[in-house]
Amino acid sequence: MAQRYRLSKGGRIDRDRLIDFTYDGRKLQGYQGDTLASALIANGRHLVGRSFKYHRPRGFLAAGAEEPNALMQIGTGARTVADVKATQVELYQGLTASPVNAWPSVKYDLGAVNQAFSKLFPSGFYYKTFMWPHSAWHFYERVIRSAAGLGKAPDKPDPDFYDKRYAHADVLVAGAGPAGLAAALAAGRSGARVILVDEQPETGGSLLASRDEIDGKPGTSWAEQAVAELRAMDNVRILTRTIAFGYYDHNWIALLESLTDHLAEKPDDVPRQRFWKVRAKQVVLATGAIERPLVFRDNDRPGIMLANAAQSYVNRWAVKPGETAVLFANNDGAYQAALDMKAAGIQIAAAVDLRQDPSGPRTEAARAAGIDILAGHAITETQGGHRVNRIKVAPMSEDGKQLAGSGQTLECDLVAMSGGWNPTVHLHSQSRGKLRFDSDIASFVPDFAVQAERSAGACNGTFGLAAVLAEGETAGRAAAEAAGFSPAAANGHYKAASDGFTPARWLWLTPSTKPVGHGGKHFVDFQNDVTAADLHLALREGYTSVEHVKRYTTTGMGTDQGKTSNVNALGIVSEYRELPIEELGVTTFRPPYTPVTFGAWGGRDVEEFFDPTRKTPMHSWHERAGAAFEDVGLWKRPWYYPKAGETMHDAVQRESKAARESLGVLDATTLGRIDIQGPDSGEFLNRIYTNGWKTLKPGFCRYGLMLGEDGMVRDDGVTACLGENHYLMHTTTGGAADVLAHLEEYLQTEWPELQVYLTTVTEQYATAAIAGPNARKLLAELTGDIDVSPEAFPFMTFREGHVAGVWARVSRISFSGELSFEINVEAHNGLHMWQTIIAAGEKYAITPYGTETMHVLRAEKGFIIVGQETDGTVTPMDLGMEKLCSTKKEFVGRRSLTRPDMLDPNRKQLVGLLPDNPKDILEEGAQLVETVRPEPPMAMVGHVSSSYMSPTLGRAFALALIKGGQHKHGQKVYAPMTGDKTIACTITSPVFFDPEGERLRG
Amino acid sequence: MKSRYSIFSLARNALSYHEKWPQAWRSPEPKKSYDAVIVGGGGHGLVTAYYLAKEHGLTNIAVIEKGWLGGGNTGRNTTIVRSNYMWDESAALYEHSLKLWEKMSKELNYNVMFSQRGVLNLAHTLNEVRITKRRINANRLNGIDSEWIEPEQVKEWIPLIDLRAKGRYPVFGGSLQRRGGTARHDAVAWGYARAADALGVDIIQQCAVEGFDIEDGEVKGVRTSKGTIQTKKVGIVVAGHAGVIANMAGFKLPINSRPLQALVSEPVKPCVHCVVMSGAVHAYISQSDKGELVIGAGADSYNGYSQWGSNPVTEDTLAAICELYPMFRRMRMMRQWGGVVDISPDASPIMGLSPVKGMYLNCGWGTGGFKATPGSGHIFADTMAHDRPHPIAEPFALDRFKTGFLVDEHAAAGVAH
Repeated sequence: MAQRYRLSKGGRIDRDRLIDFTYDGRKLQGYQGDTLASALIANGRHLVGRSFKYHRPRGFLAAGAEEPNALMQIGTGARTVADVKATQVELYQGLTASPVNAWPSVKYDLGAVNQAFSKLFPSGFYYKTFMWPHSAWHFYERVIRSAAGLGKAPDKPDPDFYDKRYAHADVLVAGAGPAGLAAALAAGRSGARVILVDEQPETGGSLLASRDEIDGKPGTSWAEQAVAELRAMDNVRILTRTIAFGYYDHNWIALLESLTDHLAEKPDDVPRQRFWKVRAKQVVLATGAIERPLVFRDNDRPGIMLANAAQSYVNRWAVKPGETAVLFANNDGAYQAALDMKAAGIQIAAAVDLRQDPSGPRTEAARAAGIDILAGHAITETQGGHRVNRIKVAPMSEDGKQLAGSGQTLECDLVAMSGGWNPTVHLHSQSRGKLRFDSDIASFVPDFAVQAERSAGACNGTFGLAAVLAEGETAGRAAAEAAGFSPAAANGHYKAASDGFTPARWLWLTPSTKPVGHGGKHFVDFQNDVTAADLHLALREGYTSVEHVKRYTTTGMGTDQGKTSNVNALGIVSEYRELPIEELGVTTFRPPYTPVTFGAWGGRDVEEFFDPTRKTPMHSWHERAGAAFEDVGLWKRPWYYPKAGETMHDAVQRESKAARESLGVLDATTLGRIDIQGPDSGEFLNRIYTNGWKTLKPGFCRYGLMLGEDGMVRDDGVTACLGENHYLMHTTTGGAADVLAHLEEYLQTEWPELQVYLTTVTEQYATAAIAGPNARKLLAELTGDIDVSPEAFPFMTFREGHVAGVWARVSRISFSGELSFEINVEAHNGLHMWQTIIAAGEKYAITPYGTETMHVLRAEKGFIIVGQETDGTVTPMDLGMEKLCSTKKEFVGRRSLTRPDMLDPNRKQLVGLLPDNPKDILEEGAQLVETVRPEPPMAMVGHVSSSYMSPTLGRAFALALIKGGQHKHGQKVYAPMTGDKTIACTITSPVFFDPEGERLRG
Repeated sequence: MKSRYSIFSLARNALSYHEKWPQAWRSPEPKKSYDAVIVGGGGHGLVTAYYLAKEHGLTNIAVIEKGWLGGGNTGRNTTIVRSNYMWDESAALYEHSLKLWEKMSKELNYNVMFSQRGVLNLAHTLNEVRITKRRINANRLNGIDSEWIEPEQVKEWIPLIDLRAKGRYPVFGGSLQRRGGTARHDAVAWGYARAADALGVDIIQQCAVEGFDIEDGEVKGVRTSKGTIQTKKVGIVVAGHAGVIANMAGFKLPINSRPLQALVSEPVKPCVHCVVMSGAVHAYISQSDKGELVIGAGADSYNGYSQWGSNPVTEDTLAAICELYPMFRRMRMMRQWGGVVDISPDASPIMGLSPVKGMYLNCGWGTGGFKATPGSGHIFADTMAHDRPHPIAEPFALDRFKTGFLVDEHAAAGVAH
């Protein structure tokens, strides 16, 4: 029968909206407003999972975020999500879900064979075995790995997208239960900007699951009214389905809002989730509390759940989690669950109470309602394969350590247990707030805050609705006041019940007929199958610190992160070690409170937005010309321009030949440009660069070498003197941002006395470098106001005027070794300039060339590329650039250059290499040896940094760094490659072409 | 060893409800004096003590630890082990270590789950290809396994990767070290602690160093929260706080301490079969035996001692993971944490003698200390025993920052500094 366990009335579900869903291949029905968990219970499904290690049958323990057992694979295909707690899934039409970690089905699970061997699998067993034979771990591991893991990761790209949003608030309230609503009302009424968040689809928190009254009406009505008032305030934002999962420095709170998971149809234009980054002046934590299981023998069978969960299923979702229930409790508050269940028609077989003398208002009410209370009793055993069907109870000795007398058997299909409550102190602890152990409730409560936050209600250890509301109100007012607002006086107290859940009795471990570990299992961490015996074992073996216990047994390390297990584990450890629990300390609460989707962290920063793509103004032309592109830093640079049928090799040979023989053109826009102004700019450059700058006159350019503090080459480039105290520095394409940061660091921290102003102007210009014997002729045709004659426009100078009809700054510098002009125009004129150059250059067969040809041309000249010939370990001397290092002034890195190792003649130095076989192109990155041995190891003397086939030289050549290489010209080195291939080479000067520089100066 | 671990001992102990297992190590109070005191009960410190006892005949040794053993970076890293470093000096060090990893479980009789599942470093730009090949060639000529693999082979190793379908950066290939892999980090600390304890080493937890007794430039004792301990040999092995301890001894170290973070997903069935690292997009990933995706992030860009790391780093890291593995966008982060790494100017460790006689340094492991654990301790024990650097430690002496003989491993460290 459909929804056989649905109560005929009540619950916050919409009975008019029937929802079909599929669970484990079966079609089932629930109502709008159900969670997957409540819908499954409505259909009598209690066996919903298998445990991690022993594959024991498991049912729902909880009704919320703390659920350790009911983990589901939700959805299929690219939209599937693993390990989702059924208690957190809103039911929607067409939902498909299946339990994880069971094969072939949750009922007939082969992994359950592990139970037979469970005696061999105590905590840490894997550290003690699988060591023989020595090589076999790989095999064992494969078996272990495939048995481990829970759900399955999707194997197709996620079709959804994720968003991020920033927000500021005067008061952020986390949790919209009674305390949170009261806080938000108090703060909101003061005019403070309030953000109220709650993980549930509707506000109300614990009120949604209780029959408590506030001000004489049902708590849920009060909550609805409170929300209505808040919604009417412009200064209040309410975010439901939103969990505050992380509390970071400076009151920075991370929220995750779920937008489409609960929808049957996923809209294309709405993000699946939104990651909120909220900076709040004040934070009120009203995150409630989580009920604590009792640790008794075989406390893990389906049908054994937290009392509050049973109560929630009955009250909030109108489902019956069982027909006959036993309450097993140590406190008064839990009796309310029994009363509510009884009111819903569930038979209460008995209340088994650990307290010798149960008392308290709810206990009395239960007694009055005819519930049979077994005082000072324990559940000593449970039975039932896929669902609990029978329990044994027995009286305990006064100290609760053992049984005292024979017991009885009770038939039941539901055990509602309560070991008290743990305040949800996660966010407080994440914020670095301190905790203290409150012996009244035997749990941890906030001690003092470190950031601007305050806890209110159950998360502060305050129970009893009246007190919770009052504390919420006070916290909201205090937060608003601290944020600079003046809340009006409270308009009277909320009237509600004042009882907390005590009196209670704290017994961390419930005795059974056999000692712990001798029969049955007392589970502490349900998901990770950690028992009390495991904790004892860890302690016995010396893993005594709380962190050791946790790591050795894995308690608290499951997807629920110990929400129901950590305090019980501490209690058991404390008892075993005979140390007060407060002396043990707690393990650190880490973000996130509940698991957070990777995609939400990434937000939109994926695919083409992962890193910005920088394109030059001429990019579209390059694309049309069929260029292949190379990523250099964030830039897309033309790599080479293959014509039909050409390989990269063919294209590069053609492009280099053209530049050497007639005319080539390179898009040089991507070089970094830093505008440097101020009265001390010359002095600044003098300190930053190794060479002298004080003599550079306006109109002139100079090549500069920049070192790090360690004396290693960091960047290079040409800087032009634009005017008095005004320079334009060029950096490498990839190094621009780092160089700017480096310069700023020195200006701001080392030389604050210098008046220098740096502006990045990389994007303000577009640059075309024309290179080749016909470069001057072409430039002359394109300009009317720049005299391009060698006398008027010598090497290493620049001129301003017009090129292609637009303003241009033309620098006569060369990275190709050819006669070359770099034409800089305003960026928006870049494409125009480029197209004009191409059109005018046609008669010279102008050939656009990419970075690969640029590399060949410059390598033929022995020009280095920072990052290719250098790697952070290369000094100017190593590059043969000692002449660039002034001896007359201080510069960054100079002191380091005097260290003994810097003067070692055997340092790796830049050389040229000519392979004996002119067709052998060395691999860039090849290592070089002087003596080839049949087998490694071989002593390496250097490596190949650049290597090409040169059409100009008609052979392969390379640049390399070789130990003492500057004095080894003419000697042989060898590159032993894979597959017995060894390439013999001769060391040469690194300058292969036009060593006198006649062409570039001509 | 006091009680051998094996399937047989497990079965035997099962009969007595696992109640007869002995302590893995004792919890002694400190004696008045020791022949050697190791400050820092992490992996490196425990290995040092183990080898001092095992190979150098010292038995009167204490390891003192401020918190709980293995609680620093040993228990906070992403457990990657490899030896494919570029420079000869580093390669020698890490390969020495890798060889010890290969026999660790057997030697310790403690399964540290060293799993040689392969470590893959991706190259996303032409420059990365160049640097990667340079490293591979160096590894090969040093006799260390390392190979270049093409994009299609990358896909075979990690089928879920997006080579360049929609990605911002292509994958040009990568380097593969088949002998690299992962290990169970806690087990390494515990295994060595148990083995060292069995050799008589006193492991003293909850014992913080408060200062040193130094006379005429020679160490005479260690002042701790549990009293002063006399000794003439002190090994400083305190990742994350080396600078702090050095200050107590009156000298300075060229070290920056920064939070480095890591995170794990919820556990899923096997889908990442090797370790995949990517320098350019800055993320590395492996899957634990439990099924969690273990993801390493970068270090914070500023110094600090917080053991959690800043939020933007988490965002950047997971964006990179989402970029390379678009199906993992739906995976969920379960836990995130940080460790404090000591980064030296050349991203290589500092090992050897210190300015104080009898005091030895083993620090500055930056982001790569876990993989070095056995080798570091082995070499350091030898250095301490003989009062001179072990040959492999020689290049890593503190004075290299004065001489300029740096072993610059920034490129190889895998995470940016």
